Amino acid sequence: MGNLIGSRIPPIDSLEKVTGTAVYTSDIDLPGQVYLKLVTSPYAHAKIEDVDYRKALDVPGVVAVFTGKNFPYRFGIYVGDRDMLAIDKALWSGHPVAAVAAESWEAAERAAELIDVEYEELPAVFDVEEAVGPKAPVVHEKLGEYRVFPGLFKPVPGTNMANTFRLRKGNVEKGFEKADIVVRENDFFVPFASHGYMETQNAIALYRVDGTYEIWTSTQSPFAVRNLIALSLGIPMHKIVVHHTYTGGGFGGKAGIGWEPLPMMISKKLRRPVKLVLSRAEQFRSAPLTASFKANARMGMTKDGRIVAYEARFLFDCGAFADYTVNVARTAGYMCGGPYDIDDVFCETIAVYTNKAPTTAFRGFGHPENHFVLELMMEKAAKALGMDPVEFRLKNLLKPGISTTCTGTKLRKDAGRPDIALERAAKAIGWSEEPAEPVEPWKVRAKGIAVLVKGPSQPPNAAASAMVKFNEDATIDVIVGTGNMGQGTVTSLAMIAADAFGIPLEKVRVSPFRSTDSMAYTWQTVGSRGLFTDGQALMKAIEDAKDQIKDVAAQALRVSKEDLEVADGKVFMVGKPWINLKLEDVVMGYMYENGNSIGGPIIGRGHHIATQCTILDPETGQGSPTIFYTFGATGVEIEIDVLTGEVKILRASQAYDIGKAINPLLVEGQAIGGFVMGMSRTLFEELRFDERGNMMNPNFSTYYMVRTKEAPDDIRVELIETPQHDGPHGARGLGENVMVAVAPAIISAINRALGTNIKRLPATRENIVKTIEGQNPDLLERAMRALRLGR
Amino acid sequence: MTVNGERRAVEVKDNELLLDVLRDKLYVKSVKAACWKGECGLCTVLLNDLPVKSCMVLAMEADGADVKTAEYFIKNGELAPVQRSFIEHGALQCGFCTPAFSLAAHHLLQRNPNATREEIKEYLSGIICRCTGYKQIIEAVEDARKYYQK
Repeated sequence: MGNLIGSRIPPIDSLEKVTGTAVYTSDIDLPGQVYLKLVTSPYAHAKIEDVDYRKALDVPGVVAVFTGKNFPYRFGIYVGDRDMLAIDKALWSGHPVAAVAAESWEAAERAAELIDVEYEELPAVFDVEEAVGPKAPVVHEKLGEYRVFPGLFKPVPGTNMANTFRLRKGNVEKGFEKADIVVRENDFFVPFASHGYMETQNAIALYRVDGTYEIWTSTQSPFAVRNLIALSLGIPMHKIVVHHTYTGGGFGGKAGIGWEPLPMMISKKLRRPVKLVLSRAEQFRSAPLTASFKANARMGMTKDGRIVAYEARFLFDCGAFADYTVNVARTAGYMCGGPYDIDDVFCETIAVYTNKAPTTAFRGFGHPENHFVLELMMEKAAKALGMDPVEFRLKNLLKPGISTTCTGTKLRKDAGRPDIALERAAKAIGWSEEPAEPVEPWKVRAKGIAVLVKGPSQPPNAAASAMVKFNEDATIDVIVGTGNMGQGTVTSLAMIAADAFGIPLEKVRVSPFRSTDSMAYTWQTVGSRGLFTDGQALMKAIEDAKDQIKDVAAQALRVSKEDLEVADGKVFMVGKPWINLKLEDVVMGYMYENGNSIGGPIIGRGHHIATQCTILDPETGQGSPTIFYTFGATGVEIEIDVLTGEVKILRASQAYDIGKAINPLLVEGQAIGGFVMGMSRTLFEELRFDERGNMMNPNFSTYYMVRTKEAPDDIRVELIETPQHDGPHGARGLGENVMVAVAPAIISAINRALGTNIKRLPATRENIVKTIEGQNPDLLERAMRALRLGR
Repeated sequence: MTVNGERRAVEVKDNELLLDVLRDKLYVKSVKAACWKGECGLCTVLLNDLPVKSCMVLAMEADGADVKTAEYFIKNGELAPVQRSFIEHGALQCGFCTPAFSLAAHHLLQRNPNATREEIKEYLSGIICRCTGYKQIIEAVEDARKYYQK
């Protein structure tokens, strides 16, 4: 073994990225390609009577126009509800109803403006509570006919309910009878938000005369794209080749299927390559966002601070397609109790269709949602008990090897330590000390903290594979399926391979280019699973390669295979390292002096499949949903200007038990980036809709995301390393966990500072000032006075 | 115009953007496009050594001009010092905004090698990064100051 594991090594793709030479799919042009432009519905719900595109066809350079009638197919991973161009009716303002193919972007855009669509407006539904009511307009009349992932989801035909999930652990009513104190809260709310990845969705497709479709796409999931296209269009999988390069951000928004079928189907019709790149406005208005939700909850505690019962109900506003969001909602449900040991739990999550933009996965996948509610309930409960919020949490955290999670599974002994994570996060922000007095007397300071747990939410049979392919000079190509959207997994995988053979990192390559016909299979690059699943597959591939190397070397060196070891770029006899062969003399086969040869090119292979996971019980939601949990905690100290509502993060802490930091530099990058994304969602981000369902802020000027000006200077990352037996070098996943607890930590700090009870996002300046006016006008009065005194 | 040190001739229409001409006509893909309306800063290039958002510049305005993108430095010798610093600090993730940040930061440090942290934050606030949380970017720029101080 080498000494790479645990080193701070810059990402292996840094040079390409810093010079702008890294290739993203939006950079790819194919000879003879045509460009696609979408025409979108201005109505939230409307029957499409007629699409008149005669004028558009007259624009020089226009090749063809397509509508939903050309492509009567639906796609999706969990509920196949998504069309590429509206079939019969438009389901939201922004729903693509036609696509123009032209020789240039400009011709396509000009022609798109000349298309006349005749609509018959239908009653629309925007409110999630209204949508589940008896008189609501039905968004998908044919819901009962859609393809659904077997065993996991049950849409209710004739309603807007895409799925209902219920978790029952113990008996929650009996649990509340044991409680001395019960706290409850209604009207939790989190709005629609954008993933905000910088590379908009795009795809280029090429249909070949032999019936093969080649697709280049900015995705997290090349194999899922292939699978879902094959399922919906009935094309054999080997005739669909999905190519993958660097992905300009994903955050869940490029998981599952994207726009690939549209250029693909058009390419077949036109027999030319077809390129689609969404504009930023199309990205906001027409592509999947993250779902909004409303929730209420109640928590029962004994006087000494034990939680005895917890109940929560969520209504997820999935917009017009609930495809992936049904699983976000299910996950929020089965994780409702978070990192706490509670005997009696009930949770119901309903995924609901409305006539708003469609939704999909977002970094955290149901966990930011359930933790927002749970952790603010913990604050309320601690206050009702008169206990310190950290102490209250410590008393109720899950104990590895002892406690059962809220799906009734005993937590494995090596699952990691939530208690240490909480203590470290608290210590890093000086939890036990009062914040210093603000310099300006119209400002206030406070601290906040939240704990979290998250694991991948994937089907129980999700798999991964890896290959270690030696070249003649004993350099290695590591073949994996997991993608590169900046999360750093490929760098860690390259380090693992180099370390295992004792060769320099420079001798290992993980290609940025992947194709489903030649790369190793992995289900998707989602759920913080990449390092854990593909890493395990790689560890097995390494062992397999070493085994093959030893087979050849044993014969060549006339020693027993059991006495051989592979390290330092050599295969050698343990105890007599001078009896050895260099890897380059073995990995393409070994040749004796007279030319006789044995062995052959070494390709190690390994795979991983989720073990001991179950489909959750349809009545109780009990079972084993995931392959690992990563525990952590986020702490903040903030300062608020009472007069302007401006929140400043003075310091923050991110503590995680990740088992092993393969590369601490990249782990810190995730923890810092995740904090700021969470902070941005908490303080700024909300997509707003007018009364007719039109998105009001589909651009970066009015949908504000944190920039350098607001970026906190002091974010402390605390890493705990309790190894998990089956993780690669003991590691667990982290990519999403880093934003799960940020919102509740910041909001609880705001509430503590202001004496308010904010339970809605975002806490913009305007919303904060309004809340102070409504809930603590005295504070505002005092701040005004302080300002007038001009101290 | 001169693009990354090479003379390039191209016919453009009066309404074409520098960004589109670079990416779609000259196949210079090291300039990125992400909002096409001057809001995100990702299409930043150096036009006659001044940073501009190339989606806000008509291609005609660049007639005879010198245009540099992030690949200029390595193409003509070696990385800009601030680019090296980005790598050392792990100040990039998906990498889509990195070319813009590296150009803007390079220009800032050339102009003001003693820029304070606050000045760096202010100067770079026109460019959006969704991955890194900016901290490592800002620290990379701070750390690179020493290479620009002569």
